[in-house]
Amino acid sequence: MSAATKAGHDDHGHAHGHADAGSHGSFKDYMTGFVLSVILTAIPFILVMSNVIGNNQITGIVIMGFAVAQIVVHMIYFLHMNTKSEGGWTILALIFTLTLVIITLAGSLWVMYHLNTNMMPMHMHTR
Amino acid sequence: MFSNPDLQKLLFGRLTLDAVPLHEPILLITFVMVGIGGVAVLGALTYFRLWGILWRDWFTSVDHKKIGIMYIVLALVMLLRGFADALMMRAQQAMAFGPNEGYLPPHHYDQIFTAHGVIMIFFVAMPLVTGLMNFVVPLQIGARDVAFPFLNNFSFWMTVAGAVTVMASLFVGEFARTGWLAYPPLSGPAMSPGVGVDYYIWALQIAGIGTLLSGINLIATIVKMRAPGMTMMKMPVFTWTSLCTNILIVAAFPILTAVLALLSLDRYVGTHFFSNDLGGNPMMYVNLVWIWGHPEVYILILPAFGVFSEIVSTFSSKRLFGYASMVYATVVITILSYLVWLHHFFTMGSGASVNSFFGITTMIISIPTGAKIFNWLFTMYKGRIRFEVPMLWTIGFMVTFVIGGMTGVLLAVPPADFVLHNSLFLIAHFHNVIIGGVLFGMLAGITYWFPKAFGFKLDPFWGKMSFWFWLTGFWVAFMPLYVLGLMGVTRRVQHFDDPSLQIWFVIAAFGALLILCGIASFIITLVVSVIRRDQLRDTTGDPWGGRTLEWATSSPPPDYNFAFTPVIHDHDAWWDMKKRGYARPLQGFKPIHMPKNTAAGLILGVLSIIFAFAMIWYIWWLAAFSFAAIAVVAIGHTFNYNRDFYIPADEVVRTEAQRTALLAEHV
Repeated sequence: MSAATKAGHDDHGHAHGHADAGSHGSFKDYMTGFVLSVILTAIPFILVMSNVIGNNQITGIVIMGFAVAQIVVHMIYFLHMNTKSEGGWTILALIFTLTLVIITLAGSLWVMYHLNTNMMPMHMHTR
Repeated sequence: MFSNPDLQKLLFGRLTLDAVPLHEPILLITFVMVGIGGVAVLGALTYFRLWGILWRDWFTSVDHKKIGIMYIVLALVMLLRGFADALMMRAQQAMAFGPNEGYLPPHHYDQIFTAHGVIMIFFVAMPLVTGLMNFVVPLQIGARDVAFPFLNNFSFWMTVAGAVTVMASLFVGEFARTGWLAYPPLSGPAMSPGVGVDYYIWALQIAGIGTLLSGINLIATIVKMRAPGMTMMKMPVFTWTSLCTNILIVAAFPILTAVLALLSLDRYVGTHFFSNDLGGNPMMYVNLVWIWGHPEVYILILPAFGVFSEIVSTFSSKRLFGYASMVYATVVITILSYLVWLHHFFTMGSGASVNSFFGITTMIISIPTGAKIFNWLFTMYKGRIRFEVPMLWTIGFMVTFVIGGMTGVLLAVPPADFVLHNSLFLIAHFHNVIIGGVLFGMLAGITYWFPKAFGFKLDPFWGKMSFWFWLTGFWVAFMPLYVLGLMGVTRRVQHFDDPSLQIWFVIAAFGALLILCGIASFIITLVVSVIRRDQLRDTTGDPWGGRTLEWATSSPPPDYNFAFTPVIHDHDAWWDMKKRGYARPLQGFKPIHMPKNTAAGLILGVLSIIFAFAMIWYIWWLAAFSFAAIAVVAIGHTFNYNRDFYIPADEVVRTEAQRTALLAEHV
């Protein structure tokens, strides 16, 4: 079993001995992913170039939304992630990653906005 | 040297002959000692014709067992350096009172405490942990190697490259004077214009690549290469803690890499991420670095918990009490370790809501840790305990670590932390958990798995000497620091005015000398054991009455670990096999597919050192050249298709027949 596993690893490029190896996706999948990525990149460009919304802050938030959508597209079409591949390890790893990213981002924002709560009041510019 | 300063700058950046600190007597003595030692080692290697063996069997090896051993050798060498720093600090603080300025000027003292912290965490504790995991995990799960054997070798050499970079700072230029986490603005370009912080940054970035890759490697190994029948809940506890540690490594180290990259941008191209100008904020560095730094603490301690779990059940001859709760406690710690980072900077100024949230999460994390302690105690309860050296370390750990844990919970209370922040109480606390937890764990693990690695046990007398010196030395060295911390003495101070404090520092220095005896005893243990190896020989492969799979194979294991991959039915796999009257298969051996050695990892490591050195000294042409060389070698290596071979069946037959004969001889 171990030898077979090792052979599977070494010949990764051309042979797949695993029953549980993730799918490699079809040409159609890649094209769908590519087109979606292009669209999701083009829209934010248009939003900025022709200043459609007119408010920088809202534009920024909308672009971030498109960025998140773009990440999801990449994960599904290019990284071939779904709930079943690798016996669920992929999705587990994703959930764990998302949890940590959310903790890191939300935590840092919370911490940084709380930075000066206990500082002595001073007349200086606070950001 | 050159009449044309521009040309010199182009060729050597900011490196000049003045950078070699020949004017400092302490360093000069170090140079001479290192020089003599180095010549002696190189001469011995040449005289005994060991270069070929070293190169073929070790440096270029992709065998996880050899890489694991090399990691531990690296850690022990760096331990000597880090401990020399510790002795110097203890000596300085014991004498520098009132009119006596001590023997270390602040400029030098500051480098020493920074180097001590950096070396002990990144180049002692981390290689010990990684080395032990590398050696043990594939054996415990019945695999023949890790998932990516070349990557493993490459990771090791990147760690070595980082260590060499730190050591180079001793001889060329200086090291950071910022403390081991290099907080800005002190580590920024304005306050630290010299090369010290750059040495720090590049050493950690290079070693960080190694750590991250070995983390990925071991996760893939544990997830994909377990022997058939070994479900997740049948994995040995050490493998479980290794899995969680490596998940933490993969999740946390990129944060360190990113934050150090931002700091380098501040230093090299004049950005303002961590300055007070132009929208930067130094507290963002502190925040980010601790989002890495707290998980790092658990990266170090979890494998130690795994080691203790294996040792306690082996030497109590009992199944581990509460296996499932042990696993869940480990997983809970893995998650919770990401929710506590702010307790390192309660005093930053955040409000009650932030501080109490992080205070409470910190206290919660002591619950799964406490559960583990009780599991170990219940495993020992009514067990037939054998007080061999690994078990002594384990009991020493339990007593010591509980105290460290409790002072940790004390520090988790924000109002208490406001009093104790950055005091020697904190220093005592984290040495209490890192020495009492990680270091005792790793020394226990080395003693426990040494016969597996080399085929003979470590000498028990000197092992016990080492244990007792370490244990008493730790208590004598660090209890005074708790006292001093409660009296309000802060860390990283080079000189004191109040003479009433001196006695405590003298006691602490005496404790450090006891620890020195402990380290010396450990080295003597190694030497004595090598000399007495025939009496200490382990012929069975199972010297301690072990329970997990690594004890099923011979000591030292053959290159291929297991001639046949075992099938697992229980979580104490080997114990279960012994109970069911397992008979070693004696025939039907097949050729075994193995990875081939390669020098690519070592070459990449050397090139990384050159790159780091060039970046540190602003020698841009060399940086560009070495970076290009790294890319060429890395890409070139991917075209090496000649990377595997088969151990022929008759060689396997021969190796296994030897073992059969050896076992028959000693029944």
